[in-house]
Amino acid sequence: MQPIIKVANLSYYYDSIPSLDHISFTVENGDFLGIIGPNGAGKTTLFQCMLGILNDFSGEINLFGFGIRQNKKMLRRIGYVPQKKSVEQAFPATVSEIVSLGMIGRKINRESIDSAIEFVELGAYRNKRIGELSEGQQQRVIIAKALVKQPDLLILDEPTTGIDSAAQQKFYDLLTKLNKDKGITIVWSSHDMNAVEKLASKVACIDRKLFFHGESEDFFGNEERMKSYVEFAMQSHMNLHFGNEKNRADNPENNIDGNGI
Amino acid sequence: MEMVFDLIQYGFMQRALISAIAISVICSIVGLFLVLKRHSLFGDALAHVAFGGISLGLFIGVYPLWTAYIVAILSAVGVNKLRESTKIPPDSSIAVLLTSGLAIGVILISISGGFTLNLFSILFGNILLVSNDDLIMILITDAIVIPVIYILYKKLVLIIFDENQAKVSGLNVTWINTLFIILASITVIASIRLVGVLLISSLIVIPNITALMLGKGFKKTLFISCAMSVFSVVFGIVISYYSNLAPSGTIVLTLVSMFLITVIAKNMKIRFNKIVVTK
Repeated sequence: MQPIIKVANLSYYYDSIPSLDHISFTVENGDFLGIIGPNGAGKTTLFQCMLGILNDFSGEINLFGFGIRQNKKMLRRIGYVPQKKSVEQAFPATVSEIVSLGMIGRKINRESIDSAIEFVELGAYRNKRIGELSEGQQQRVIIAKALVKQPDLLILDEPTTGIDSAAQQKFYDLLTKLNKDKGITIVWSSHDMNAVEKLASKVACIDRKLFFHGESEDFFGNEERMKSYVEFAMQSHMNLHFGNEKNRADNPENNIDGNGI
Repeated sequence: MEMVFDLIQYGFMQRALISAIAISVICSIVGLFLVLKRHSLFGDALAHVAFGGISLGLFIGVYPLWTAYIVAILSAVGVNKLRESTKIPPDSSIAVLLTSGLAIGVILISISGGFTLNLFSILFGNILLVSNDDLIMILITDAIVIPVIYILYKKLVLIIFDENQAKVSGLNVTWINTLFIILASITVIASIRLVGVLLISSLIVIPNITALMLGKGFKKTLFISCAMSVFSVVFGIVISYYSNLAPSGTIVLTLVSMFLITVIAKNMKIRFNKIVVTK
């Protein structure tokens, strides 16, 4: 069976600085992949390349067997929850109106909209302006919008950043329900290593390069690998801030093949 | 109401009221999207470019509104492309558009030694001078803008809400943005007759920021904005006729009054609710 996502040799440069450096991995049907990496590791850039928002990358990205550059119709099978940004209070659209935007290009189905809103437990808020909700609730509205088109794949970019821990837990329960009960494949980036360890079946650690990709227990159950990753991330962080990119590239210890050191 | 019935017996007033209502509706519709995109002054900038276009038309001896249309559309699309490709902040690109349009107009006027047309009516509008040809042009503009916005409605809302999500939904965001800017341009040109170059933003911004304080839901906000705008232009024109004042001024002041009343009422409601809660 072909993978849902196949990323091969993906590189992306902002000006001449590499944001993604020859990254390759696959996502299979039903996977719950947690992508971890420090700030500036390229997680958002990776998602934006995968979703066709950024097109000037090198390498190949296939979604459901089709190249993202050649066939954007595959995006209809994907629900996307971007990095959280608060919605202005004055934005006039109600929860119901925002969720209905997920059905663009399809026949509006009121029942689907209502059931997506109920699924994220916001039934009582359907006629409220989205700007009047808390940030955690706003994120759940975006999830409902992504779910209303009944996607096969859900991509979430650090969706819980800035959300309080109670709302985070509710959010994680929701993701588990989507993956286990609805069978939706999930690709999710997070800083929360504990949550990734608990929820994700597979893990990818990136910091411009791919450090590790594989089963969750192979990463979190291997102390040596975890330690190497922390060192790798710290070194990368130093390079990012102190401009040691050349040294890093020249150092053979930093030539990662995607299976960890 | 009787005053309005008395007025509509006159042909010039019928044309004025019909065209004012038609303009107010499209300004409100286009304006809500511009305000939420944080492009409130885009209408102002387009009107200034149109001023340059009108001057060009007069200078080369072509019907000025046609040159205004062409210059405004080309400039708006060009500035939008410039903003996308250079990541210039939207307010700065609007400033470039506004000042360059006005500069072109001023230069052409100075070269020609001043035009014979009433510059005052371009700057401040005069709806009472609307001709049958003007009325037809305004109604055609409505017939283009309203159906296209109706078709693009959800797509535009999604683009305003989150452009990246719109892209992932498979929308051609660049194409839709360009089409919207063209619609905004023709709306502004059609509206110059009503309030003129200098007051055009009032029709685009004020009814919408007022409606945003009242509406719950995008469609309801749009409806409230249109209703307020239509009321303001009719009321403004009637008052201007009976008090012999400039109609653009009375229209804008009606809009501003409605805005201020809404702000005061909203604040009073918040205070009242606080008192109720503390009791």
